[in-house]
Amino acid sequence: MNYLHSIGLYFLMIKEMFRKPTKWSVMKQLILKDIDDLIIGSLGIVAFIAFFVGGVVTIQTALNITSPLIPKHLVGFATRQSIILEFAPTFISIIMAGKVGSFITSSIGTMRVTEQIDALEVMGINSLNYLVFPKVIALMLYPFAIGIAMFLGILGGLAACIYGGFTTLEDYIVGIQLDFIPFHMTYAFIKTFIFAFLLATIPSFHGYYMKGGALEVGKASTTSFVWTSVMIILLNYILTQMMLS
Amino acid sequence: MIEVKDLYKSFGDAHILKGISTSFEKGKTSLVIGQSGSGKTVFIKCLLGLFPYEKGCISYDGQIFSELSENQKRDLRAKIGMVFQGSALFDSMTIAENVMFPLRMFTTMSKSEMEDRADFVLKRVNLADAHNKMPSEASGGMQKRAAIARAIVNNPKYLFCDEPNSGLDPKTAIVIDNLIQEITDEYNITTVINSHDMNSVMEIGEKIVFLKDGVKAWEGTNKTIFKTDNQVVTDFVYSSNLFKKVRQMYIEERQ
Repeated sequence: MNYLHSIGLYFLMIKEMFRKPTKWSVMKQLILKDIDDLIIGSLGIVAFIAFFVGGVVTIQTALNITSPLIPKHLVGFATRQSIILEFAPTFISIIMAGKVGSFITSSIGTMRVTEQIDALEVMGINSLNYLVFPKVIALMLYPFAIGIAMFLGILGGLAACIYGGFTTLEDYIVGIQLDFIPFHMTYAFIKTFIFAFLLATIPSFHGYYMKGGALEVGKASTTSFVWTSVMIILLNYILTQMMLS
Repeated sequence: MIEVKDLYKSFGDAHILKGISTSFEKGKTSLVIGQSGSGKTVFIKCLLGLFPYEKGCISYDGQIFSELSENQKRDLRAKIGMVFQGSALFDSMTIAENVMFPLRMFTTMSKSEMEDRADFVLKRVNLADAHNKMPSEASGGMQKRAAIARAIVNNPKYLFCDEPNSGLDPKTAIVIDNLIQEITDEYNITTVINSHDMNSVMEIGEKIVFLKDGVKAWEGTNKTIFKTDNQVVTDFVYSSNLFKKVRQMYIEERQ
C-alpha cells in the first residue's frame, strides 16, 4: 500500500513540477547552476571511471580469447559493444545515482528540514518547479557526459591493448569499426535520456517528501540511491527487450 | 485583518487544533502563545496554507483562503512575509541575495533597484554591513534579522513570525521584538507571532491568544494577561520563579 502511495505521489510530483513556472530570468540561472553542479561537476569522475573500466574490459576480453581461431580484432569489437551498449549508459548511470542522486536528495532534504521549502511555498512559489524542474533540464545534457564516457572507455581500451601488448593498434582500430550498427548509438542515447530523467526525479522525490531531521536526510539519500539504481536496472532490461530483441 | 473560525486540524489520530476561532487586526502585533506542543506552529502553518485543515474558515481581509484559486492564493502569498523559527534563509545565497529573492521572483525591478531596496531594509534591521555574508557565517540574531528583512522587503500586508526569539540571548530577543513592533507600526501590517517567551508577551503583545492542547484557552492583551484568574493561563505565565514573585506581590497589593 505504501509503495502504491509513493508511486502515485511520484507521478503527482512530476505533474506539479510543470505547473506555475518560475520566472524565466530566475529559472535560467537555476538551470545553469544545476548544469555546473550535476554535469560539469561529474565529468572528472565519469572520465576517470570510463577510461580505466574501458581498459579493464579490454584486458578481460583479450585474456579470455585463448583460441587462435578467434581473430584478435574481436577484442576491439567486444570493447566497443560493451562500452556503447551497457557500460557507458547503464554502469555510469548507477555511479551517477550515487554521486548526483545523493547530492540532489541531501540538498533538497536539507531544505525541507530547515524549512527553506516552506519559505518558498509561503512566498507563493511552486517549490517543485523551482527545485526539481531545473535539475531535469540540466540532466538532459547527461547524454553529453555519456558520449565522453563512450569515447574515453574505448580510448582506455586502446591504451590497455597497446601498453599491455594484447593486440596491435591496427587490430583494435579494425575491431572498433567492425559491424558497427548506428542504431546501437540511438538505443544507448534513448536509454541515457530516460536514465537522466530518473536521476533527476527519484532523488528529488526522496528529498522533497522526506520527514524528520539530519539522520533522515542520510537515510533518504541511501533510499534514493537504492531506488534509482533499481529503476535504472529494471528499465534497462525493459528497454533492451523492447529495442534490441 | 485575518479571521479564523472554528479551525480543526489532525494528523492521523492526533487532533492538534480543536475548533479555534479568533481574529488578528491590521496594524497590531498579535501573539499566539502556549506551551510546546500546544499547536501554535500547526496553527500558523494552517493560516499560511502550508497545512490543509479539515474544518473551519480562514479569511484575509474578507477573502476566504480555501475558496481562492491557485493564482489568487499565489497573489495573496506574495503579500505575506514569514519569519521561520530557524530563519529558513537559503543557504546557497548571501544575505543580500536572500533579501532580494522575493523582489527577483515577484517584481520587475532592475538589479540596481533591487539592490537599493535590499540596502534599505538591511539598514532597517541593522545589518548594513552583512550583505555578502553567507547565512552560515552569520550569528543566530543576524540570521533572524536577515529573515525579517527578507519578509518585509516586498512590503507585505501580513507578517508571520514563528518563535522569532528562540535560541537568542535576552538582549537580542528584545531587539528582535522591538524591530517587529516598529515594522508593524511603520507599515501598518497585520503581524502574528508564535511565541512562548514572556518577555515578548509583555513587550509587544497587543493581542494575545493562548492555546492549550489545541484549544483557545484565553484571549486578551499584555495588560490583561497578568490580571486574569484563568488557572491555565496563570500556570503558564507564572511558571518561572520571578513571575511567581511578581504575581504574589500583585495579589498582596490587591488585598
